[in-house]
Amino acid sequence: MSEYSEPTGQPGGAPPAPLWEVFVRARRGLAHTHVGSLHAADAELALRNARDLYTRRQEGVSIWVLPAAAITASSPDEKDAFFDPAADKVYRHPTFYEVPEGAAHL
Amino acid sequence: MRDLLLAGNLLHPLEIDVLSCNTWGMYGNDFPADDTAGGLLGEVEAAEMALRAAAERGRHGSAGADPAAYFAEVVAADQKVEPRDWMPEAYRATLIRQIAQHAHSEIIGMQPEGNWITRAPSLKRKAILLAKVQDEAGHGLYLYAAAETLGVSRDELVDLLLAGRQKYSSIFNYPTLSWADMGTIGWLVDGAAIVNQVPLCRCSYGPYARAMIRICKEESFHQRQGYEILHTLAHGTPAQREMAQDSVNRWWYPSLAMFGPPDTDSTHSAQSMAWKIKRFSNDELRQRFVDMCVGQAEVLGLTLPDPALRWNDERGAYDFTQPDYAELMRVIKGAGPCNRQRMEHRRRAHREGAWVRAAAAAYAAKQANKKEPAKQKEKVA
Repeated sequence: MSEYSEPTGQPGGAPPAPLWEVFVRARRGLAHTHVGSLHAADAELALRNARDLYTRRQEGVSIWVLPAAAITASSPDEKDAFFDPAADKVYRHPTFYEVPEGAAHL
Repeated sequence: MRDLLLAGNLLHPLEIDVLSCNTWGMYGNDFPADDTAGGLLGEVEAAEMALRAAAERGRHGSAGADPAAYFAEVVAADQKVEPRDWMPEAYRATLIRQIAQHAHSEIIGMQPEGNWITRAPSLKRKAILLAKVQDEAGHGLYLYAAAETLGVSRDELVDLLLAGRQKYSSIFNYPTLSWADMGTIGWLVDGAAIVNQVPLCRCSYGPYARAMIRICKEESFHQRQGYEILHTLAHGTPAQREMAQDSVNRWWYPSLAMFGPPDTDSTHSAQSMAWKIKRFSNDELRQRFVDMCVGQAEVLGLTLPDPALRWNDERGAYDFTQPDYAELMRVIKGAGPCNRQRMEHRRRAHREGAWVRAAAAAYAAKQANKKEPAKQKEKVA
């Protein structure tokens, strides 16, 4: 991406504000869902910016923000190897088992 | 068109690819008026359902030995490409340019309407206009965030805009001379933008498609509020009616030009089509827009300023006069009525906001320093 990194003579040069990932709980009873990201100097500002950016139309009743740098993600390149151990364990699903005729409440 | 621009050495190479894409001239927004409700809004919902369905289908296998083939498979199957997937560098670069230009358009697009906030004719109209301009800021931020997933920072993109090395939609280089322009921008400019943007909800790049779905859904009010302003004026005093008609006269052709150069001059779009970034050609979208507007203008009781506008039975579409593409090129070059003003304003706003960013950073650093010793104390205790 070097073509985007050439100096442009703009003032500033301050380090960019950290990136935060935003999670919103739409309604009581639902889990927080990732909705996007934003930049903010600290957690408090991130929370306020998230409110202004992602809940302008009452999309949520609760917001989490967390520093993007704090997230450890699995790599798509090793997706298969990483998730392989689960692939051959069909006995983890109830449909693997044959229920004898007449057995109820199973 | 690419050759034309290169020959004239008019633009920095960075901008050229974007110009030949239909989305170069758009910004975030909106929905058509009532008579097409369910049409475009329905398309957005369909796009969202398709996105979920594709996710359900899943993909077996992985990039593995041949990432290029895997990428092609994912695109062919209408699956989404995600940030950490392998992708061709040209795909990445095209997306960065397009999304950045779209984001810049949202940010610059706040100015023509910001011009009327203090002069809105009622508190209600003022509150609506404020909300609309705030949405545009929000859309810019969603889009910068989508661009950042491709490995470029927002600060870099902002620098490129301020340095004049990336463009924004040329429509914002036209002035907003009357209150009626707030109506016409909502109806025609946002209307053209939404016709451009609805197909982008199906873009092959996941973060961009999701941002577009969010933008399109959220913005259903923009076009309607504009249409309502025009409807009110068109049914008001003769002077108000005249103001509305004058506004439509000024914005009609620049709105048609938002779809970009005619297909015959748009040489770069084949690749974007193949990558499923772009779904329809400039001329197809322009035609769709004209066909929508004719009926809407009739309901307003206003005239679209095109004597050649008439229904063509054979084509099943309206014949219309093309916008002046030479004018479009001049405005893109920087010779539009407001190019300099828009850029000066943005640079000044960025400069004058520097102390706010610096203060927030200083406060964050200070708070972090305060916490550190406290933590250490706890450990000792």
